[in-house]
Amino acid sequence: MDRALCSAEEISVCLRNLYEQFGYTAYKMSKFEEYDLYARNKDFLVSDSVITFTDRDGKLMALKPDVTLSIVKNGKDLPWAQKVYYNENVYRVTRGAHGYREIMQIGLEAMGSIDDYCICEVLTLATQSLKQISPDAVLEVSDLSILKELTDSLQIPLSKRETLVRFISQKNAHELAALCRDCGLSGEQTDVLRWLASTCGTPSEVLPELETKLSGFVSQETLRRFANVLQALDNEEILRIDFSVVDDIHYYNGFVFKGFVRGIPESILSGGQYDKLMKKMHRTSGAIGFAVYTDLLSRLEAPNTGFDVDTVLLYSPEVSPKALREQVNILMATGISVMTQTVMPENIRCRQVLKFNGSEVETLENNA
Amino acid sequence: MKTMLNVALPKGRLGEKVYAMFETAGFPCPSIKENNRKLIFENPECGVRYFWVKPSDVAIYVERGAADIGVAGKDILLEYQPDVYELLDLNLGKCRMCVAAKSGFRDDTRRQLRVATKFTNIAQNYYRSLGRDIDIIHLNGSIEIAPILGLSDVIVDIVETGTTLKENDLLVYDTIVPISARLISNKASYKFKGSQIDQIIRSMNAQMEEAR
Repeated sequence: MDRALCSAEEISVCLRNLYEQFGYTAYKMSKFEEYDLYARNKDFLVSDSVITFTDRDGKLMALKPDVTLSIVKNGKDLPWAQKVYYNENVYRVTRGAHGYREIMQIGLEAMGSIDDYCICEVLTLATQSLKQISPDAVLEVSDLSILKELTDSLQIPLSKRETLVRFISQKNAHELAALCRDCGLSGEQTDVLRWLASTCGTPSEVLPELETKLSGFVSQETLRRFANVLQALDNEEILRIDFSVVDDIHYYNGFVFKGFVRGIPESILSGGQYDKLMKKMHRTSGAIGFAVYTDLLSRLEAPNTGFDVDTVLLYSPEVSPKALREQVNILMATGISVMTQTVMPENIRCRQVLKFNGSEVETLENNA
Repeated sequence: MKTMLNVALPKGRLGEKVYAMFETAGFPCPSIKENNRKLIFENPECGVRYFWVKPSDVAIYVERGAADIGVAGKDILLEYQPDVYELLDLNLGKCRMCVAAKSGFRDDTRRQLRVATKFTNIAQNYYRSLGRDIDIIHLNGSIEIAPILGLSDVIVDIVETGTTLKENDLLVYDTIVPISARLISNKASYKFKGSQIDQIIRSMNAQMEEAR
């Protein structure tokens, strides 16, 4: 099977098999959730627009705009990692869209006791998910704890941090340098931040430089942990260390990552550690997960330039259903698809048009 | 065959200046200089395809991946906040986003300020940072006449030389942000065409350094 031409359904089956192979269990949920959950965590959502309705008992409900919040809400703090995957539709307004869209998404979450191996496993599943979709893929990985330690040690004022993070996410080195000047940073300190914003390379390219550039600003322990996790991963060729991946710092911490495949102009996979969200929801354990936006896969499919059906079989109203069924069976037995019609429909591309009068078949058109 | 790099250029004088920088960076496309009405030009040997688009649309072409890179004004980036990389300040098309009003204007803080502008988000963010209550009036052009006709108290608009303001008896009361042309890139394209894009950044940086 040509992976680049896989349909969303085929990819979903491949991904479900992959996640089950690693012991993740299916998590099926209702399409509805109490609106209150989203009202309390609006910043976590991609868009704060939610479709709501009043249930028969008067409760304000919402069509799910997100899956992670529901899984976290229904989970428990466990001494092991609860590993689940889901394949659900969510309903939200996407960037630049003028209305709500139904978005198909498949993903997984590991919640509870999250150690470095668990992070490795989730990153491995992310790279393998991308490879199932296309051989030409990239998973970019960052660690928000590196960014946090760096901004703490450079004493960047809290009021400037959001702007600084935005410039890093845009790889906007010129405005980052101006901000550093405003914060009174030295040339050397500014260079470190500019390097962080512009760096993008495989672990073997970036890790040796990472220690040289950041030691003195970020603890050895944090740098070593980041390196150890990345060095434990396979598929080095599709991994990129890129610190411009910065999801909402109020919810995410530690490893964050985004996946891209050639031919799709936006990230098709997004995930990270969200211990801060767990804390906001009064949970004491950690969590990591990601989602694959399978609705974007249609962009990889080549436009249908072939035939809609092999044969259109025209018949007159006098022909008996039994005779017509038999004729259709004869044609289908040769391995072709057959559409029966009394008149030729418009905008149908077919290899041949046949006419059946009840006893004989006549060829009206042959486009093969 | 070389991978084609799709470049969205803003129509007009700025676009022509920017094309010259791309040409020097090793991505020439002589057909673009022909005097005709074509909008798409390509040079398969250099692996580049240029297209002229309305300046305010460049960011949309890049964000949606129809163009890998493009050149857009900072005003457009601030107004629409596209999810793109902003890789370089080209120091071209320099101007300012300003608050202007009739000469003699005094902000009466007891009442809501009426602001006419094409740049609603920029105006909203600016006045929100000041904690000022405003009524935004979105206009698509001839913003300068809004205070003269009493439609608004002030305008938020781009000021290049200030001549239009002067001729309409308006004065700049505040500068919100300096504006210039920026090289932007689609985030996914940067992953797969990073070496070509980095080559352009390096050369443009060197060209700007030389011009200083």
